[in-house]
Amino acid sequence: MATTSHPAPSFGASQARSEADNPSSLVMRFGPDKPLILESGRRIDHLQIGYQTYGTLNADRSNGILVCHALTGDQHVASTNPVTGKPGWWETMVGPGKPIDTDRFFVICSNVVGGCMGTTGPASTNPETGQPYGLDLPLITIPDMVRAQAMLVDALGIDRLYCVAGGSMGGMQVLQWAASYPDRVANALPIATGPRHSSQNIAFHEVGRQAIMADPDWRGGRYLAEDTSPRKGLAVARMAAHITYMSDEGLHRKFGRNLQDRDKVAFGFDADFQIESYLRHQGLSFVERFDANSYLYVTRAMDYFDLAADFGGRLANAFLGTKTRFCVVSFTSDWLFPTEESKSVVRALNAAGAKVSFVEVETDRGHDAFLLDEPVLFASVRGFLSASEGR
Amino acid sequence: MTSDGNSRAHSQRVDLLVVSELVGRGARVLDVGCGDGELLKLLVDTRGVDGRGIEISQDGVNECLARGLSVIQGNADTDLVDYPDDSFDFVVLSQTIQATQHPRRVLSEMLRIGRKAIISFPNFGHWSVRTSLGFKGRMPVTENLPYSWYDTPNIHFCTIRDFVELCREADARIEKAVALDAGGQRMTLKAPWWFWNLFGQQAVFLLSRRG
Repeated sequence: MATTSHPAPSFGASQARSEADNPSSLVMRFGPDKPLILESGRRIDHLQIGYQTYGTLNADRSNGILVCHALTGDQHVASTNPVTGKPGWWETMVGPGKPIDTDRFFVICSNVVGGCMGTTGPASTNPETGQPYGLDLPLITIPDMVRAQAMLVDALGIDRLYCVAGGSMGGMQVLQWAASYPDRVANALPIATGPRHSSQNIAFHEVGRQAIMADPDWRGGRYLAEDTSPRKGLAVARMAAHITYMSDEGLHRKFGRNLQDRDKVAFGFDADFQIESYLRHQGLSFVERFDANSYLYVTRAMDYFDLAADFGGRLANAFLGTKTRFCVVSFTSDWLFPTEESKSVVRALNAAGAKVSFVEVETDRGHDAFLLDEPVLFASVRGFLSASEGR
Repeated sequence: MTSDGNSRAHSQRVDLLVVSELVGRGARVLDVGCGDGELLKLLVDTRGVDGRGIEISQDGVNECLARGLSVIQGNADTDLVDYPDDSFDFVVLSQTIQATQHPRRVLSEMLRIGRKAIISFPNFGHWSVRTSLGFKGRMPVTENLPYSWYDTPNIHFCTIRDFVELCREADARIEKAVALDAGGQRMTLKAPWWFWNLFGQQAVFLLSRRG
């Protein structure tokens, strides 16, 4: 069922394009006998999941940790990214001797459904037509992503995960896992996340999607078939989103009003300021590695997320009777998923009588802090995972 | 608002043992201001309780996590409102009430959340405090109360008599009270309040809701 392929490294957009169907990671394929039934009522009959594993599964299959990635992340959590050639996106957290210690745990990370790194998404080839799905792919939700991950975990022969961990959209998946499969999650580690996407967050996503769809090269979503790409739209979407990942304070510390390679403003619309140059760079490098339609699908999945709504409007009902231990983490300067969002999860878990810990990390690095070198975060995760081992 | 700010008051540890003896086996316990989790861990290990904690300091929370405890980074003054009624058998406030903004409100919240409340605190009526104030004319700085007046986290000191009065006003029934002398030993139960108030260095109260 699982196959591996290792094409020669060649970074950039063409590599990104080939990863969608033939990822340079492990791959699990499910046929029409095991369709992914979606929340929308539609189904994916040929589900493919690109994933990575690190460490060794122990004899009683009890040391599995599922790491869930964020909006534009992928399965390469602790190994070189085949598209960018850069280190894995969470190598500070995951690896030998790291807080999520691959010497002790068997770490699994899979690309989400709707993504573009080897799991079925709009850039994947539809086996029934031989063409990219494009907008023919049904809309995906966070519960759909989690159901696909559960299919993968099943196929790997793991009944109960030692921990499910992730930040931002990954944290949404952690909460969904705990709510959907309470008996399969011993420990849950939702970081910088919330129980629903806020109105403000939906608004930012809508700006990003409109930027993509306003690009004439988007071609109504059929750009792959027409051999073009809405690069400008996607870059603008990334620039806008990137602002929300940082804090005003952090931006000021890092860039201030500093000028880029010049002594005074040029009275034009070039990137006078360092922050402009930085954002342009972020936008340009993003389009090299990410599919524009994927961006539409995955942002939409986040927008639709509202865990309480699926449980009669009361978030605590999502966790009633749970035996899972939780460690909820937020960051003081995160305004995308502010501490109050995490606290609403903590309140609900308390109301449900769950074993919950909560840490608010002091930092000026905003939402992105969960990906960065934050010693308090590492200490919390290390303590949480080691203390509960063997229980 | 953290008990680790008062860690020297914890050095005797007898107050923790007194608290733990008041807690029923296997009870659900919330420790408010749990510091590094020493008391909570003691309760889990020796009384088999289902324990939770609240602690304001990040270091304290992380030490609790490493001990396998479930602890929320928060504040007694603002975060108790988040807990449902009757969700615990015991709510413990160990060496922390004097550092809260609103001791009476905290006490009421504890008795709403828990069937019983256990509160331990340093007695400001102790003779050494009275001596410092009465003869030296200075705010006391002792081994138990090591801070200068201008940098102390302890903003609401009270005497044992003051606390008994607060319990009356807050409609709390005193089920049990224990005073510890300067050596950390239990004082005789038959002693009158004025004696405890003068010679008790610390006090531990077990309270329940009236009616």
